[in-house]
Amino acid sequence: MNAIITTAVWGVVMMFGGVFFKGKDTPRYAAIAGIILVLIANCLEMNDQVFFSPDLHRMFEFKPFGLLFNAVAFACTLLYFLLNGRDVARVGSNVSEYFALIFFVLCGVSIASSFNTLLTLFLGIEIMSIPLYILTGSDKRNLKSNEAALKYFLMGSFSTGILLLGIAFIYGGNELASFNINDLNLAGRMPAMIGVGMLLVLIALAFKVSAAPFHFWTPDVYDGAPTVFTSFMATIVKAAGFIAFLRLFSKSFGVLHEQWQIFIAIITAATLVIGNLTAVFQQSVKRMLAYSSIAQAGFMLFAIFALNDDAREGLILYSAAYSLATIGLFAILIRLEDYTIEGFNGLGKRSPVLGVTAVIFLLSLTGVPGTAGFMGKFYMLMAALKNGHHTWLVITAVLMAAVSAYYYFRVIQAMFFREAGTLSAEPRDITPGFKLLLIVAAALVIMIGLYPEMLLYWLHS
Amino acid sequence: MEIKWYIGLAVALFCIGVTGVLTRRNAIIVFMCIELMLNAVNLLLVAFSKMHALAAPATADFVTRASEAQVFVFFIMVVAAAEVSVGLAIIVMLYRNTHSVDVNFLNRLKN
Repeated sequence: MNAIITTAVWGVVMMFGGVFFKGKDTPRYAAIAGIILVLIANCLEMNDQVFFSPDLHRMFEFKPFGLLFNAVAFACTLLYFLLNGRDVARVGSNVSEYFALIFFVLCGVSIASSFNTLLTLFLGIEIMSIPLYILTGSDKRNLKSNEAALKYFLMGSFSTGILLLGIAFIYGGNELASFNINDLNLAGRMPAMIGVGMLLVLIALAFKVSAAPFHFWTPDVYDGAPTVFTSFMATIVKAAGFIAFLRLFSKSFGVLHEQWQIFIAIITAATLVIGNLTAVFQQSVKRMLAYSSIAQAGFMLFAIFALNDDAREGLILYSAAYSLATIGLFAILIRLEDYTIEGFNGLGKRSPVLGVTAVIFLLSLTGVPGTAGFMGKFYMLMAALKNGHHTWLVITAVLMAAVSAYYYFRVIQAMFFREAGTLSAEPRDITPGFKLLLIVAAALVIMIGLYPEMLLYWLHS
Repeated sequence: MEIKWYIGLAVALFCIGVTGVLTRRNAIIVFMCIELMLNAVNLLLVAFSKMHALAAPATADFVTRASEAQVFVFFIMVVAAAEVSVGLAIIVMLYRNTHSVDVNFLNRLKN
């Protein structure tokens, strides 16, 4: 509850603050102060200190799992604001409003991690999506940004329509006439109407988290959007989509897990294969990261495939690992200006701190032991194996992780084993603070990789 | 009237919307088709709400629950209005830059 209220209030503060803020940097400082406040409010709630607790009529349920995910999302956003605050200001003149929209997205994220009815699920997903349509199109004069915004908007509202039809059918098939996700009362059989509704909701959520075969909008949108906002969209928002997905399917349809597991297995395999194989052929690092986000989504789908405690823990670990590494990589990419792989040539020599931290992030995305990415993948695959059937899926995942090493290592190779061309621009605006933050992020990636209990401890306390 | 007629009508409207989204090239018409999809769902929700209310013992609790779907419809309307305001702004922005609202234009991004 704390998180939902503080993010919404601070979003409004930022929105109206745009009129009053005088200095150039004021919106950025206000946003950083706000996200720290939100993080503290959320941590207070993890210790059972709620600001006020109105009667929610079972619309929300605040459990350690959702709150821990909120904390991870807010901490990543804090890192994102610290690393990229100046670049947000560079997109256009409405800096304060961009931050306000990001706070509204975070409000949606905290609803999506704690919804208890289909109504709040729908609202959470919409509150996450609508500000993102605006952020995607925020570079108003850039045609690519315009196209990405229109495409994202049309695809997003299309999938919302499908989600709503699914919700309507689930409601129609539910004899208790309730939208509550705990009231489905399936008891081993699936009425036809609920079955249809579940499939429609599955398709809509697969759209939102960009799982194949519903991923086609992702590369264009992520490529067209201003890079700062791609970084936010591809990490925190995507992870929140998975939390909502997992929550709905474990609470409502968990009883009939075996009946729909095969659909998820097929979607997972398709996402892994398509995401990884197309990423291999990309020349632009930004586009490669867009495809890699599809590939990583394939691993996160394992949580919904396995649906056990390991999967839940794994999803938290995976979101933290993936978000930290991707935000760090995007922060470096934005400073480089040249988004092709050649742009990275010789970066290791020109700027060792950037080079080494980028290597750690890339290794984490590949899943090399000792990094957070490895732990995330390990938990996911373990959960799938404990689940029993479908060993072929685990084998596919391991093979595809090997393929992903190819395109991640290509960037590492460019950084350390190629000479910088005469035309390569120097990375701009590299302050000592920026370097320090990158080192902190890389240290966190390694810490979580070595001691995952550090994060998961909060799930059980 | 039986519920199946309402389901049939709502699904037909929804399918018209989906077909429009997939085949039409004008961004505004695509947008109208999305609105049609959402309104088909509104109709379906109200019909289901009435169905549940009729099928149930008339206890106060159940009637409140059955009318939950009608409240849901209002939420859908509000969200649709928010989407319209954002969507039209995006379309206007595109029109300013390209002087066209053709969706075919979107394929340029691939290269």
